[in-house]
Amino acid sequence: MIAVAARNAADIAERGTPCSLRMRAWFEGSIKALLWSLTCFTVVTTAAIISVLAYETYGFFTIQNHPEVSVWSFFVGTEWSPLLGAQPMFGVLPLVAGTLLVTTIAGIVALPIGLMTAVYLSEYAPARRRTVLKAVLEILAGVPTVVYGFFALTFITPYLLQPLSNSFGAYNAMSAGIAVGIMILPIVCSLCEDALRAVPQSLRDGAYALGSTKFDVSAKVVVPAGLSGVIAAFLLALTRAIGETMIVALAAGGLAQLTANPTAQVQTMTAYMVQIFLGDAPAAGIEYKSSYAVAFTLFLITFFLTWIGALVLRRYREEYE
Amino acid sequence: MMSGRAIATSRRLLKNRLFLYGCLAGTSIAILVLCVLMISIAIEGWSSVSWHFLDSFASRKPAQAGIKAPLMGSVWVCVICALVAIPMGIGTAIYLEEFAKHSRIKRLIQLNISNLSGVPSIVYGILALAAFVRFFGISSSDDHWSIGDSESFFYLHFPFGPSVLAGGLTLALVILPIMIIASQEAFRSVPQSLRQGALALGSTQWQVIWRVSLPAALPTIMTGAILAMSRAIGEAAPLLVIGGFLLVFHTPTNLMSDFTVLPLQIFNWAGRPQGEFHKLAAAAILVQLVVLLVFNSAAIILRHKLQKPLQS
Repeated sequence: MIAVAARNAADIAERGTPCSLRMRAWFEGSIKALLWSLTCFTVVTTAAIISVLAYETYGFFTIQNHPEVSVWSFFVGTEWSPLLGAQPMFGVLPLVAGTLLVTTIAGIVALPIGLMTAVYLSEYAPARRRTVLKAVLEILAGVPTVVYGFFALTFITPYLLQPLSNSFGAYNAMSAGIAVGIMILPIVCSLCEDALRAVPQSLRDGAYALGSTKFDVSAKVVVPAGLSGVIAAFLLALTRAIGETMIVALAAGGLAQLTANPTAQVQTMTAYMVQIFLGDAPAAGIEYKSSYAVAFTLFLITFFLTWIGALVLRRYREEYE
Repeated sequence: MMSGRAIATSRRLLKNRLFLYGCLAGTSIAILVLCVLMISIAIEGWSSVSWHFLDSFASRKPAQAGIKAPLMGSVWVCVICALVAIPMGIGTAIYLEEFAKHSRIKRLIQLNISNLSGVPSIVYGILALAAFVRFFGISSSDDHWSIGDSESFFYLHFPFGPSVLAGGLTLALVILPIMIIASQEAFRSVPQSLRQGALALGSTQWQVIWRVSLPAALPTIMTGAILAMSRAIGEAAPLLVIGGFLLVFHTPTNLMSDFTVLPLQIFNWAGRPQGEFHKLAAAAILVQLVVLLVFNSAAIILRHKLQKPLQS
């Protein structure tokens, strides 16, 4: 690489430029403008997401002939039954509760294991083993989520959960939560490891010099020093868990209910959107429009969490130089 | 008789050892899960993988069903996605890392990109449904205007409808933030001295980027691109929203063809109650995982080859 770059540098010096300086300035300027417009595209994307969701959500709340739909009853309503019964109910809390239940289970599964693995990778593992483990984690990170959904449905529920207790149905929050946990495990691991490895070696050396064991160094020096990164990693992973779709659509069931029971089937916000977009509801009907309101809620929750993550990283980062 | 101090020391050493075992256990869980996942799926799906399975279309009869349409659909969609997302990601990263001055605006853009990478993929599906499939309702699907007819290979109509092109653009939206962040890191890892050397020899800013920074950053960028593409291949939710068809009986012939992709086909089969379809889903997953392993090994090999540090 050095050779290539150095040769290029020499090449520039030798040949100079064939075109006039003015042409060159024009060329440079237009490239800069082009790249700048690409950068603006990311801002446009965010703006477009927000406007589409806001526009459609507004359409949902102001729909004619449905007095039961109001912003208030949407956010505090405890019953979600848009497709059942004579009187459809649109209270988003059961969907939020389902999402929270699955995310909580996923967090309980993935956060401790992920942090432990990250500590092992950054503090204990010899270089060679570390490379292998990183590769395994990378493969796990690349496995499509629909595969985890299939795994939850055909392995976790029948072979792990149902032997434990026969209260687990074919669809349940527990299997979906475990699968989502497996899905976010590599994210937790690799981000935590980055945070831990960024802790300067001198801190470790200092602790060792005072007679610390490896446990003392890891648990009392390295993890606290990298805490902001670890918390940001946790938040990011939980955001992914909240937005995860295919696993819960396959394994969690399709019944929106306000429950904290992990053996019950629940519907998450994302799973409801899948149900609607797969064509259970006529387009332009109120059920169809309701999915946009759900999507907006989901977007606001994840946006808030990512923002908190960025804030934690900026505000509480320990600077060592 | 042990002194208090010796007991305290041995307790600390015990704690130390237990902690190591805990870490080892955590680590082995990750490996164990990967093994169980692969083995259980291999057992269930192995018997269904055959040439016939790869070369025939979906069917109501499990014995005749195959994955030709989703396989080709995945290829089309991913190629479009790569052609759009990789250059755009690199371009944005170049602007942010090489041109943009440190300012409030740059910080906001950076924050916005990290926020975008946290947006659930299904939400991108909703954006794509409005933007690509329907063009924000500017023209209704009845009076769309088009280039060529549905037989020609360059056929285009506006709005795009649930076509291969719309699918590829959707996935490009999903992986663009990942691509940008990975490329930015690559540019950041190019030592400043190389740039300064080139500048000192009288090259312009773009010449520095094109002939020095970009070649130096390219291997790392490619690793990031491969990992981003492996995410795109497995993505199903946004394509489901834009109306990727679950049952398609032909391979795409132009940018406006209907399509389905492997993860959607897997979702379709896995969601059915019959065990035979679960076998098919497992077989399709095996195919998908093989593709994924190829991608990952490419990334690993690339990284190993180019791990020589730039700083001498």
